[in-house]
Amino acid sequence: MSALKLSYFAWVRERIGRPGEILTPPSEVTNIGELIAWLSGRGEEYAYAFENANVIRAAIDRQHVKHDAPIADAREIAFFPPMTGG
Amino acid sequence: MSPLIKVAIQREDFDVAREIERLTQGRGDVGAVVTFTGLCRDEAGTLEALELEHYPGMAEDEIERVAKQAAARWPLLGATAIHRFGKVLPGENIVLVIATSPHRRAAFEAAEFIMDYLKTRAPFWKKEHCRDGSVGDWVEAKDADDSAAERWEQA
Repeated sequence: MSALKLSYFAWVRERIGRPGEILTPPSEVTNIGELIAWLSGRGEEYAYAFENANVIRAAIDRQHVKHDAPIADAREIAFFPPMTGG
Repeated sequence: MSPLIKVAIQREDFDVAREIERLTQGRGDVGAVVTFTGLCRDEAGTLEALELEHYPGMAEDEIERVAKQAAARWPLLGATAIHRFGKVLPGENIVLVIATSPHRRAAFEAAEFIMDYLKTRAPFWKKEHCRDGSVGDWVEAKDADDSAAERWEQA
């Protein structure tokens, strides 16, 4: 898997402590859910951000996706809480 | 002729009258203009400001998708959606939706459709700043907003 641009928003960003980063997940990480699990193992800030993984929303290349979405062709993946605009 | 669609994500305030004029000036086919303006509440005097965070790029794309869906579903002549980001004080504008059509029903329904989907799909998040000086919580999403959007799928 090649390098991925990850972006974090709202309390996901605050808990992880940065707005984004470039990471290269191992090849066994194939979808959003697996990426969340892999990130959660990287440190307690990630574990805290993703502690309630089912509420986390994700976007691949700026389009909403579910947690079973494959990430093979993704360039940018964003994680954020449910939206509260309007 | 395809409807005039305008989507803007901006820090500065918007002028409702000027945005209506953009959709009505120089034409005689608009019979109905529906506008919705969302404002920042003071939460019974406890709120100092809302901080609106967004995902640049995706916010524009999502709102444009919703506006185009509305234009495909109703006979609209125009649709405008403007959403602010940054710090917004109580009484100030947050969001504007305008739908224009030859007849009122399409304009009413399309404006509501755009707002309902904007709330559940556009990547914006609100953080509360309280009057006692503390930085409050992130506003939590409401199930009622999801239900409001879902009812358009049954309709």
